[in-house]
Amino acid sequence: MARVVLPQALAERAGGATEHEVPGRSVRALLAALDERFPGLAEALSGKVAVAIDGEIHSDPLLEPVEEDSEVYFIPRVGGG
Amino acid sequence: MSEEKKFRWVGTRPIRPDGIDKVTGRANYGADFALPGMLWGKVLRSPHAHARIVSIDTEKARALEGVRAVITSQDLPDLFSEKARAQGGHHDMNDLAQNVMARGRVLYHGHALAAVAAVSSEVADRALGLIEVEYEPLPHVLDIEAATAEGGPLIHEDRVTQGVEASGPSNIAKRVEMGHGDTEEGFAEADIVIEREFTTSPVHQGYIEPHACLAQSASDGRTTLWCSSQGHFAMRDYTARLLGMDLSLLQVIPAEIGGGFGGKTTIYLEPLAVLLSRKAGRPVKMVMSREEVFRASGPVLGTRIKLKLGVRSDGVFTAGEATLHYEGGAFGGSSVMAGCMTVFAPYAFPHVRSIGYDVMVNKPKGAAYRAPGAPMAAFALETVVDEIAARLEVDPVDLRLRNAAKEGTLASFGPRYKRIGCVETLKALRDHPHYSAPLGPNQGRGVAVGFWFNAGLQSSAGVNLNPDGTVTVLSGNPDIGGSRASLAMMAAEEFGIHYDRVEVVVADTHSIGYTDVTGGSRVTFATGMAVIDAAAEVMRQLRERAAAVWEVDAEKVLWVDGEARLEGDDEREPLSLEKLARDAGRTGGPISGRAALTARGVGMGFGAHICDVEVDKETGRVEVVRYTAVQDAGRAIHPSYVEGQMQGGAVQGIGWALNEEYVFDADGKLENPGFLDYRIPVASDVPMIDTVIVEVPNPNHPYGVRGVGEVPIVPPIPAVVNAVHGATGVRYRDLPLSPPRVLKGMATPDAA
Repeated sequence: MARVVLPQALAERAGGATEHEVPGRSVRALLAALDERFPGLAEALSGKVAVAIDGEIHSDPLLEPVEEDSEVYFIPRVGGG
Repeated sequence: MSEEKKFRWVGTRPIRPDGIDKVTGRANYGADFALPGMLWGKVLRSPHAHARIVSIDTEKARALEGVRAVITSQDLPDLFSEKARAQGGHHDMNDLAQNVMARGRVLYHGHALAAVAAVSSEVADRALGLIEVEYEPLPHVLDIEAATAEGGPLIHEDRVTQGVEASGPSNIAKRVEMGHGDTEEGFAEADIVIEREFTTSPVHQGYIEPHACLAQSASDGRTTLWCSSQGHFAMRDYTARLLGMDLSLLQVIPAEIGGGFGGKTTIYLEPLAVLLSRKAGRPVKMVMSREEVFRASGPVLGTRIKLKLGVRSDGVFTAGEATLHYEGGAFGGSSVMAGCMTVFAPYAFPHVRSIGYDVMVNKPKGAAYRAPGAPMAAFALETVVDEIAARLEVDPVDLRLRNAAKEGTLASFGPRYKRIGCVETLKALRDHPHYSAPLGPNQGRGVAVGFWFNAGLQSSAGVNLNPDGTVTVLSGNPDIGGSRASLAMMAAEEFGIHYDRVEVVVADTHSIGYTDVTGGSRVTFATGMAVIDAAAEVMRQLRERAAAVWEVDAEKVLWVDGEARLEGDDEREPLSLEKLARDAGRTGGPISGRAALTARGVGMGFGAHICDVEVDKETGRVEVVRYTAVQDAGRAIHPSYVEGQMQGGAVQGIGWALNEEYVFDADGKLENPGFLDYRIPVASDVPMIDTVIVEVPNPNHPYGVRGVGEVPIVPPIPAVVNAVHGATGVRYRDLPLSPPRVLKGMATPDAA
């Protein structure tokens, strides 16, 4: 299972914790699993945040693959100037 | 990517393809376009920082001879709730709509509230004077303190703080928090804890070219827009969505761009010009004056940062904590999130926390500026690190190296770093002769390190093989920092042909696939990958043609040094690119390739700068006497352009540190809206900026490219401020270090 870390602001909507073990081999699958556990969480995350999968930041991923032991951070999306 | 790969073009310095056009004046910028029958559009702007618009009477303006159209917010579609994607976060389309044309209230001095189109610029000006507006002035808030004061005036009575449960109406648009570990525990482990507070003033990106556009709207709705921007697709999407148009009906043709630095990633005049043209039935040109650029575009606004750092006596950082307040203008949307994410990014911290507040004030809506949010945060962190080095009596670079982030370090913004070059950059700085050169009287030296993420995002590219064997590359990115050259060099490298045989064209929104803005230091990285992919597709077709001519399997054909060769057959005459191109019509038709991608594998960037200043102790004037910028570029495709980015970023940061600031009067009117009173550094103000390019290749890019355009503006502010401390013994914590402030600091060091 991937180790998923949510933004601090969403901890309350995820049982008070930012860290979760989540099954799924893509960002979409992780979102679905998170939403099943914490209804509405996928809506709060989908298309609104960047996702760092094992240290690589993807600005708006959906189908990006996730490994069995990946570290996945949902982080704020930053563009640039 | 192989580190051993030998390059023919990558890393060389060919002449820039847009150079002659730009130095001879042949290049067309936003204001250079004209059409027969063209009208001139002008904008009426608010004389109040905050007021209710009781009425707008445009009758007299409409009646003036030569006036062809007048618009107000009533001519814009109703507000809607769609969020449009933008660089640096999300633009709320409602905010964008209200920023380009005020509705009901004006929210800052200079806020647009009507526009006219007339047969000449002079008639348009006269018409503006005939528009009668009745205002009811409302109380305004101009800074973080006033905006966050209990019971103070609210800019939007219906807005609550995002990120705060059960927030009542507030001028704080958003609260964010991030970090890891337990900072209390970390500070308890520290031998020294230093906490300081910093402020920075609003500054403008200072692009030399004002915003400008020309719109032509036909009666069937088809519209063409010529404009200078950092991304014509973004201009199209924002303008069309704001006006309720299909994207396919709006063609945006990119002009050359005379500087953007993040400030030309959004719209101001564009929807007004389209509306005026639609209403008048004639083309409409609009060009901001310099005063309008200062009052109503950009800027990046003021900040207040409180930062606390804990360190053990052996120099290891134990904890970092920062509270950041960033002004976002009348709608919020500051870069405080990126400030929180970058503030502690250069170092490893077992315990770290950042809390950010996005504060609304009655000032122009803030826009992105090169590594948005990071320079102010670096100012706070890197001056405290300098103070700690002095307290510990250790070399400031050694202290930084001791704590520097490296591959595997848990970044303060979340994930673990992949391969990064923070350590290599700091070592290169330490080994530079500048770092150990003697200083003169009244001189001081400062160093600082800076971080930026760099972006990937979406890019499209086309590669067309011409019948004479030359290659045309189509890009969807305006060329700001040299992407014509870098893209041509990568195409030449792929094909194995001379750089002069490749021409890069910036294609309009009808002629190339969707491409995100030229921003986030992303074009050479991301659009470069699209060009490499499109070139690979062309080479695949070339090998197939050669195979067909030779009547062999395509797998047997190799592409080497600009020609097709048959594997294992040295006797066979190779087929050159020229020959295959000439015969294309007889062997299957024209040869071209397309590629489109969301770029993956961004390489994060670090830079470290050394600054020497000399302080005139009688006048307080600070002169930068020597400056060296070191940066990890991953791989420099065209080193001269990389050095240019490093030098430009350094100079902008020097201006931010020493000179630049918006000065508002008590009524919220900007008092210095011109380059005479808002002083940006010019060539004679700074020494030659020395550069050192460090190359820690990004393993995810075919050539190892990392973005380079934004990192160089992050270290200069603390590097300059640390240098001024070296020269004066005073720790300055409020920008800019203008002569009066420097003098005051030297007279009362504790008050600085």
